[in-house]
Amino acid sequence: MSASDNNALTDLTVTEIRDGVADGSFTAREVAEGFNAAVAAAKSLNAFIVETPEKALAAADAVDARRAKGEPLGLMGGVPIGMKDLFCTEGVQSTAASHILEGFVPPYESTVSAKLWAAGAGMLGKLNMDQFAMGSSNETSFFGNVISPWRRNDGGNTDLAPGGSSGGSSTAVSARIAPAATGTDTGGSIRQPAAFTGICGIKPTYGRCSRWGVVAFASSLDQAGPMARTVRDCAIMLEAMAGFDPKDATSLDEPVPHWEGALNGDLKGKRIGIPREYRMEGIDPEIDKSWEAGKAWLRDAGAEIVDISLPHTQYALPAYYIIAPAEASSNLARYDGVRYGLRDLPEGAGLQDMYAATRAAGFGPEVKRRIMIGTYVLSAGFYDAYYTQAQKVRALIARDFERAWEACDLILAPTAPSAAFGLGEKSDDPIAMYLNDVFAVPASLAGLPAMSVPAGLNGQGLPLGLQIIGKPLDEQGVLDAGLAIEQRAAFDARPQEWWT
Amino acid sequence: MSDYRIQGETGDWEVVIGLEVHAQIATKAKLFSGASTEFGAEPNTQVSLVDAAMPGMLPVPNRECVRQAVRTGMALGASINRYSRFDRKNYFYADLPQGYQISQLYHPIVGEGQITVSLDEKNPDAATKSIGVERIHIEQDAGKLMHDQHPTMSYVDLNRSGVALMEIVSKPDMASPAEAGAYVRKLRAILRYVGSCDGNMEQGSMRADVNVSVRKPGDELGTRTETKNVNSVRFVQAVIEQEAKRQVALIESGGTVVQETRLYDPDRNETRSMRSKEDAHDYRYFPDPDLLPLELDDAFLAECRESLPELPDAKQARYESVLGLTPYNAATLIADADTARWFEALMAEGARIQRKDEKEVATASANWLLGELYGALNRLGLSLADSPVSPERGAELIALVADGTISGSIAKQVFEIMLETGDPAGKIVEDKGLKQTSDTGAIEAVVAKVLADNEDKVAQYRDGKEALFGFFVGQTMKAMQGKANPQVVNEILRKSL
Amino acid sequence: MSVDLPTVKKIAQLARIAMDDAEAAALLPELNNILGWVEQLGEVDVTGVEPMTAVIPNTLRLRDDVVDADPLTGGGVRERVLANAPAPEHGFFGVPKVIE
Repeated sequence: MSASDNNALTDLTVTEIRDGVADGSFTAREVAEGFNAAVAAAKSLNAFIVETPEKALAAADAVDARRAKGEPLGLMGGVPIGMKDLFCTEGVQSTAASHILEGFVPPYESTVSAKLWAAGAGMLGKLNMDQFAMGSSNETSFFGNVISPWRRNDGGNTDLAPGGSSGGSSTAVSARIAPAATGTDTGGSIRQPAAFTGICGIKPTYGRCSRWGVVAFASSLDQAGPMARTVRDCAIMLEAMAGFDPKDATSLDEPVPHWEGALNGDLKGKRIGIPREYRMEGIDPEIDKSWEAGKAWLRDAGAEIVDISLPHTQYALPAYYIIAPAEASSNLARYDGVRYGLRDLPEGAGLQDMYAATRAAGFGPEVKRRIMIGTYVLSAGFYDAYYTQAQKVRALIARDFERAWEACDLILAPTAPSAAFGLGEKSDDPIAMYLNDVFAVPASLAGLPAMSVPAGLNGQGLPLGLQIIGKPLDEQGVLDAGLAIEQRAAFDARPQEWWT
Repeated sequence: MSDYRIQGETGDWEVVIGLEVHAQIATKAKLFSGASTEFGAEPNTQVSLVDAAMPGMLPVPNRECVRQAVRTGMALGASINRYSRFDRKNYFYADLPQGYQISQLYHPIVGEGQITVSLDEKNPDAATKSIGVERIHIEQDAGKLMHDQHPTMSYVDLNRSGVALMEIVSKPDMASPAEAGAYVRKLRAILRYVGSCDGNMEQGSMRADVNVSVRKPGDELGTRTETKNVNSVRFVQAVIEQEAKRQVALIESGGTVVQETRLYDPDRNETRSMRSKEDAHDYRYFPDPDLLPLELDDAFLAECRESLPELPDAKQARYESVLGLTPYNAATLIADADTARWFEALMAEGARIQRKDEKEVATASANWLLGELYGALNRLGLSLADSPVSPERGAELIALVADGTISGSIAKQVFEIMLETGDPAGKIVEDKGLKQTSDTGAIEAVVAKVLADNEDKVAQYRDGKEALFGFFVGQTMKAMQGKANPQVVNEILRKSL
Repeated sequence: MSVDLPTVKKIAQLARIAMDDAEAAALLPELNNILGWVEQLGEVDVTGVEPMTAVIPNTLRLRDDVVDADPLTGGGVRERVLANAPAPEHGFFGVPKVIE
């Protein structure tokens, strides 16, 4: 391909970029320049809070220099990526999309982003997201909504939600302004936006990726993960991101498998579980149809399809909406105007008034709502009824999965209950928004690896995703099944460009 | 039962006291970060990103903090909980960067134990009392605020934020300021013996929250108040007395005691209600999701147990029964771990030099340390740690008396010179020719002269004035410049008189 | 279980989020909506079930007692710690004066 053909370069996957830089088809700099230009031209998507083209170029130059010396280029050598603004990046503003951290420049780098830079990746910029990772549509950011590059095929120009909380990530990758992006997933925030925008995203086993330097939302649920256009891309990037970190006490001390090298779409001998409780009343018929298609594809790949039961499924969302806000209410207490971030000091205000004013001015409405819920469910007199009960139900949900693994090796389910909705369509009713994560949350509560891969388009021309859930530490099984679907779904749809 | 009572207008009142002692664990690094715990550093120079609660920071516990808490529990005879957990205590204050303190509410690392205190530490025959310990848990210390540096601002220093604390909670078994004082002193001694805390109350490495309530004998427990951060034994006792009196006066005038947190004002010798730091004390405790449960295995516990030194009570018993020290000397020597260590080094060296068993040199060593050495240190305003004379040098001096090289009174002179010059005893005795003589011939000659020069007194002595014996001893010693062996002098005088 | 306006204001106080009556009144139905929805957890029979304490089985790893072993989690970084402070004062964090 022509090295000066920027469009062609920005169409490349992570795999293609990595291989092309390694074999000299083009330089890393050319790739970085191509994506920098694409990012600069796509401001109307509002995917980025901060653009860092110089960093992408510097990283690219370093990779080109190593190549010239015959040194190894790293797993992500020459691949520029978007970094969700939940990851603290040294010297670059990191806000979690909140006014309360506007202007905060961390003097440290998160473990996951440091690993990616060490692996040869470059930073295109900090990606917009739902504020403090709380949301499923990227409508809670202080820096404005992210707009999905997808449009319905009805001719109208309704702005659609890219999903959330990793909405900037999913938009950037599906719009081809970044070949890959980091996301985080607490209750579906990688998988659901991936499904909404027709890309791949994987949330690994809890503890696979370090949480050090990632702004905490719900500590027992947060996990970093890659978002990219192919399963192979995700495997490569996850390998670069994962690994034991002694600075994180919840980090798993397990070697990182060579997921890409072992990718295998042959599922002979595997049993795929179909949880009957996920087939909810009133399920969108197109979602149901794509689920059936998924089963057929996996059968074709050699797997056996079995029915399983996850009896406590319906309680996963309410349990999550007690546990996550509870942990968040405590994790967000540090945003108080004392040591960093916004300080709002009204005339004559004392310390406690400063706290109250700062937090009122700095947090968005959804964040406040969740902090209030979290504070309430932990408060005296309610702790047992809410929090303890939720943790017990969580244990039961985990047990459901443990029992299911006796009958199957992997689980297939839809990722989201619908395709992307219009911005503003669901923001009136928090619970309607929360229900977006009905299929995603159970795997989060149980800490299981789970991935979304594109399955096809619905009648409105919008992507639908399928979710594969695996046993703890079986990212390989999940990726393999994802690959099997990808090979058969042959999803090649892309959003028509309207945003430059 | 204690006799301590507050005399009120309506009668006598009993006092019920519980103490929560916060003891900084003597590790080099903090509980959840690698920052140093050393006292007295420039502000915010011993603060890691974790201690400053930057976004995305996470705690990782320090094994040595866990170990010291377990060892402390074992020293109190307490049950060690193999399974314990960290919980978050949520509240907002400028010295608490995370907006929560990592502590242990639901499952502390140590369970019930006890401390035996003497009701009169100066009297070896005094009664003892067992004060129960409810639990010990590990938690983070907070930072420090300074309010006097700026007209409109308080200054926050987070150096102390995140230092490991043991919170040692007593049962409400104390009934008087004296008992509380004894408890704190004994606890402090045990902590210093174990090495888990330096017990320096002035520097704040050990402080007490004092819970006080009053009741008429036989009545139900009254409402208690808590006076926080009391940093000396004297103040603990003052707080108890003032608070008990305040409560009695309040109740007797028709009021009710409110359960609240108070602060002690040493200048006014009174307790004051604190402006509430945290609303209605709803701390919303829940297990810290950044930390897994703490589980201790057999090997860890065995190492903790084996590493414990001989503790004060056992040491005191051994000093009395095996070494033959008086109860008073034993009690005084064991009161502080460093003193006991010094004494044992002195004794060990003495036993080595004199080629005797320790018990044969124990009493002389104890007497010299508590008498001569302490006397000199007091005079010079020095602590035992700063003693210009080491245990080895002290042992050498004592040995020279024991083997008759010098007399006791010459030894005092030698000691003074040792303090001044730092020279060892043996060298001083040589240089100044201070060896005493036991040469009977020489002494007989001097005695003869003394008696000859004082015939009148000799006659008086022989007539019955026995007190004059000392006069003859004095004269003889003077004539010999103190260098005569007193025992030989006595023998010869007795024979001659 | 539903909350009333005084409870909403009390929670806002606990959470240190300033809120006027209008805001609290607007939040009230939202909170009750969510709380009503999560109530259904009470239906679940949790007899004999322990609350989850560790998502994936793992042991709590402890650190060695070494000062500044890892520069990222060690001290001596005052400049970094104060770099984003709204009111740095001679090496301290300045806050509105507190009276104890």
